[in-house]
Formats: sequence, C-alpha cells, structure tokens
Amino acid sequence: MQVCPRFNAGIFPHALRSAMPLLSISSLQRSFVSPDGERRTIVDVPAFSLEAGRQLALRGESGSGKTTFLHLVAGILAPDTGSILVDGRDMAVLSEPARDRLRAETIGYIFQTFNLLQGYSCLENVLLGMAFGRGTDRSRATALLERVGLGHRLHHRPRQLSTGQQQRVAVARALANHPKLVLADEPTGNLDHKNARESLALIRDTCRENGAALLLVSHDPEVLAAFEEVQDFATLNRALQGVAS
Amino acid sequence: MTLLLIIRRSLRQHLLSTFVTALSIALAGGLLMSVWVVKEQSQATFTQVNAGFDAVLGARGSKLQLVLNAIFHLEASPGNVAAADYEFIKRHPAVKLAIPIAVGDNLRGYRIVGTIPELFTDVEYTPGRKYTLVAGRPFDPAAKEAVLGRFVADRLGLEVGDIFHPYHGLVFNERDQHAETYRVTGILAPSNTPADKVIWIPLHGLQTMSGHDPRAATDVSAVLIQLRSPAAGFMLDLMYNKQGNRLTFAYPIGAIMADLFQKISWFDQVLALVAYLVGLVSAAGVLVAIYNSMSARRRDIAILRSLGAHRRTLCGAIVLEAAAIGLLGMLVAFAAYAVIVSVVAAIVRAQTGVLLDPWIFNSVMLWAPAGMVVLCALGGLIPAWKAYRTDVADHLAPLS
Repeated sequence: MQVCPRFNAGIFPHALRSAMPLLSISSLQRSFVSPDGERRTIVDVPAFSLEAGRQLALRGESGSGKTTFLHLVAGILAPDTGSILVDGRDMAVLSEPARDRLRAETIGYIFQTFNLLQGYSCLENVLLGMAFGRGTDRSRATALLERVGLGHRLHHRPRQLSTGQQQRVAVARALANHPKLVLADEPTGNLDHKNARESLALIRDTCRENGAALLLVSHDPEVLAAFEEVQDFATLNRALQGVAS
Repeated sequence: MTLLLIIRRSLRQHLLSTFVTALSIALAGGLLMSVWVVKEQSQATFTQVNAGFDAVLGARGSKLQLVLNAIFHLEASPGNVAAADYEFIKRHPAVKLAIPIAVGDNLRGYRIVGTIPELFTDVEYTPGRKYTLVAGRPFDPAAKEAVLGRFVADRLGLEVGDIFHPYHGLVFNERDQHAETYRVTGILAPSNTPADKVIWIPLHGLQTMSGHDPRAATDVSAVLIQLRSPAAGFMLDLMYNKQGNRLTFAYPIGAIMADLFQKISWFDQVLALVAYLVGLVSAAGVLVAIYNSMSARRRDIAILRSLGAHRRTLCGAIVLEAAAIGLLGMLVAFAAYAVIVSVVAAIVRAQTGVLLDPWIFNSVMLWAPAGMVVLCALGGLIPAWKAYRTDVADHLAPLS
C-alpha cells in the first residue's frame, strides 16, 4: 500500500483527505515489555485500510492483539512505529491532547464489558460520549437512546439495566459524537445468543444509519457470520505469524 | 458543564467520604472563624467598656483587679476607700463626677452593688446614652429598694414589686442570708454593659447591712471617676500611685484592659494554632479521602479518557472536586460558627454582662473560607497527579 506523505502535525489537506480511505495504517508496530523483561511485539501490521461507511469484521483469538490494535487505532495507545491515518490525520504523530480530540470527534468505541460509567444515568453516559468532541446535544442523546429502545430508561443507572440494555447504552454512546468510525471490541462477548444477535444487528444498523464505518473484532463464529466482509487478524498481524519485526 | 457533571457525580459516588470530610472542614472552619471573631470582638469590646468613666479609685492593689471589680463586677474588691478619701476626690477640681460603689453582697450569685442615684441620672455609659428604666422607678436612696439590670431580672425572674433578701459575700451561700428585705422598684433597659447583671441598691443600704462591720459603715469599695481632662488623669495617677501608698488610681481603663488582653494573648494564639492545625488535618483528610478512592476512580478516568477527555481535564476535575469539598465544608462552617459564637457570646454575656456581636462582618469570614478552599484544592493535587498518570489501556477492559 502506498503511504501518503506526512504533513505537519499529521494533518492532511481536505482535498487529499477526501480521496483517502477513512482509516489507513502502514508499518504499524507496538511492543510491550513482558514480565520476564523481554520486549515482545504484539502488533505488527504492515498495511490496513478501511473506507468510509464500510463494515469489516476481524477474526482473532484471545490474546492475538486485537484490543491493542483497536486501542492504537483509537489513539488510546501510541505506536512504536508506523502511521495510523484516521480521517486524514495521523494518530501516530499527533500529541496526546490532539489524539484525544481526534478520538472524541471521529471515533466511537464499543467495549466488550461496555465500560459504562456506573455513577451516571444512561442519558449522562451518552451525553459524555459527545461532551469532549463537538459538545453535548441532549435531544440527540435522547433520540439515540430511543433508537436503541431505551427511551424509557433515560435516567436509570447502568446497574439498574439488564446486560443487553447496558450494551445498547454503550452502542448509543459510541454513536453520540457523530463518529466516522466505530470500533467494536468483542461487543457481544458478554451477551447470550439472543441478545448478541439483536445487539449485533443494532450496531450494524445504527452505524449504517449514521454513516459510520464499523471495525469489529471478535472470535465468535456466529458474529463473524453476520458480516459480508471478514478478515483474519492473523493474516493482518505479522506478530502472530512469527515474522521478525 | 461537563466538568461540573463529573464533579457532582463523583461527589455523589463517594458520598460518605465527601460528607465526613466536609464535616471535618466545617468544624475546623467554624472553630477558626469563632476563635478569630471572639478574640477580636472581646478585645474591641472589653477595651471600650468603661461604663462611662475614665478612672477608678480604690484600695491599694492591682489596677486590673480594681477595674475588674468596679467596672466589670468580676473580681473581689481589693479593700475599702475611706469616706474622707471619697469626699476628697469628689471635690478635687480635676474631677468632673465621682460615683461611689460598695460591694459585698449577692442574690443567688448576682452581685448587689450599693451606689447613689446619680449613676442613673448623670452618667452616660456610652456617649449619648444614659441608663433608662423599662419598668418602675429609681430606688429611693433612703429606702430599702433596688433597681435590677435587665439580664439579672430575667435570670432571677424578678419583677417590680418583688421582695428579696440579700446574701452576704460575692458567692451565694444560703446560710448567709441578711435579715433585711429589699423591694424591686425598677428594671433597667438592656445596656449591654456589666450593669445589666447587677442588682443596684442605695449605697447606704449596703454599707449598713446587718452583719457588715459597723466600723466600715461609711467606707466605699471604689469610686468611679469622670475627669475633666486627660491631663488630670496623669496628674492623679502621679499623686495616688507614685507619691501616695494607700490608694490605687486605675487610669486609663481601656489601657488596663488592653494590657490584660496582651497578657493572655498567648491563649488566643494557642487556640488559633489549634484551629489552623485542625484546618490542615482536614485538608489532609481531603487528600486521603480522594487518594484512597483513586483505585475505584481509575476505571472511570480511563473510560472518560477513552471518550476523548484530556488528562488535564480530569486532573482539573479532581482538584476542583477537592476544592468543592472544601467549599461545601466552609458553607457548613458558617452554621458551626453560628452555634459556637452564640454559645460563647451567651457565656460572655452571663459572666460579664457584655454583649459580643458575632454577626458583625469580620475579614476572617472571607479569608478563612478562601484559604480552606485553596488548601483543599492543594490537597487534591496529589490524587490529581495520580489521575494524570492513569494508564487508559490498563484500566479499561482486560486485553483480549
């Protein structure tokens, strides 16, 4: 894959951005020091891209580095080397506050364990999903919760909801900031079959309705079967292939 | 807005520690403000109270004892002043007015003081204000009659027309009842001076009370003096205190009281130090309360960071939360202050008759809350630093 030239602060001009994929990764590496003191490369992705509006599932086993990969894409972790262009801006070279800002404005994240804030109501959880980006919009937060079937649970705390309902709040929160990219990390891992099916459909439908691309990682064959496009993370991540980084 | 929501929710999530910490700050703040205000008010009030007199003449002894006995009705009399000495000072050209008083009796612990009616007719206890009666009439100097200060009348439940037996001495003892009876003829309007807690009877009545030494029947305990000029005070001071050796001339009254406060200023300093230390410990309490909850907070911090919150935003939220606990505490501190100073003012009023006004604005009401909030915010810096260093990835869901 051709690597785009870098511009100052990792920001590309608008004209160039519109021609680029929404997410474009090249030569991405991230390693950690293991407890025995040895540095191990967990993620080594030479190239990866995702176009706007596309929905892609990555198949990967536990411990394969999927979550680390998503954290890198979201700017939660900084890579050792490589570039991560998200909507024309390179996460790899941005300062941490700029990465936070880019994440707040561009990315929605659905976690396996939902990561809802227990001290806040459903509505406040969704409002916080947009608070650090373009600002809060109460009517949008309410509409999103109504869309996921929780219009009657706006002021409930997460612990007052069922697991499936908590997942739906997490979906609404991930879409709150008008994201161009939604990252989903084993989003149905904590749900039963029925809820998992419904939740997956909801994630895909709402991403489609909001024009957001979806990058989902899972090891669950049932989840992966629901996607038209599935890629094996092992083929993407050279660290899993035993290739020296 | 978002910051406020985060702070509010965090305070609510840690409600018990917020409450306990704010309460300790409230007590510290209330104590600090009370100590400060009572100290300043007492000093300002007691150095200004002179019952309308410039000096006191009494038996040889301590000037302070003389003032406390004759003006504040607190101390025992150091001795008697002979009638001739009273007559001499009364007629001295430097003296504008001389009012004799005699002490030595009480009614259920409240002092009975013998004096002359001119105390109520000629003396302005504070500029422009003379003693007035809210009920009845002044006593007849030749009769067994009494005029009561308002405070003592309320405390003893005495009204005009009531009759009482005086008791010998300044300390109440049921066995020391005098045979005479006195009738209440008047009750003074509150003056917020020591006169409010005194039972005033004619001078002659006290001097000749049954059981008193008949040889001292014309003596007085002290003479309250108004001078014609300040220079006269220094002249009489020289005459009685330096050249004479029988009597003491306490002048000026305010300076003698200021000297007393100077002598006991170490006590104020100890109280203030205790209040400062309590404040410091409370601020440390904020630090400990937030710091101890950091492991529970780190997950929330990580989630908020994953939603795009900056490190410094969450850092600021912790500092502001600490400041908010301080602010909450200091709001309650005003209630604690109200309770403490009300109790102290009531005690001071009961003991001295002097009314402290704790509701007058004092700068401590600004700098103490501001200082405590800043101190608490500083206490929040260490947990804020911990929040700053929170690793987002580590505190989100476990890596798959």
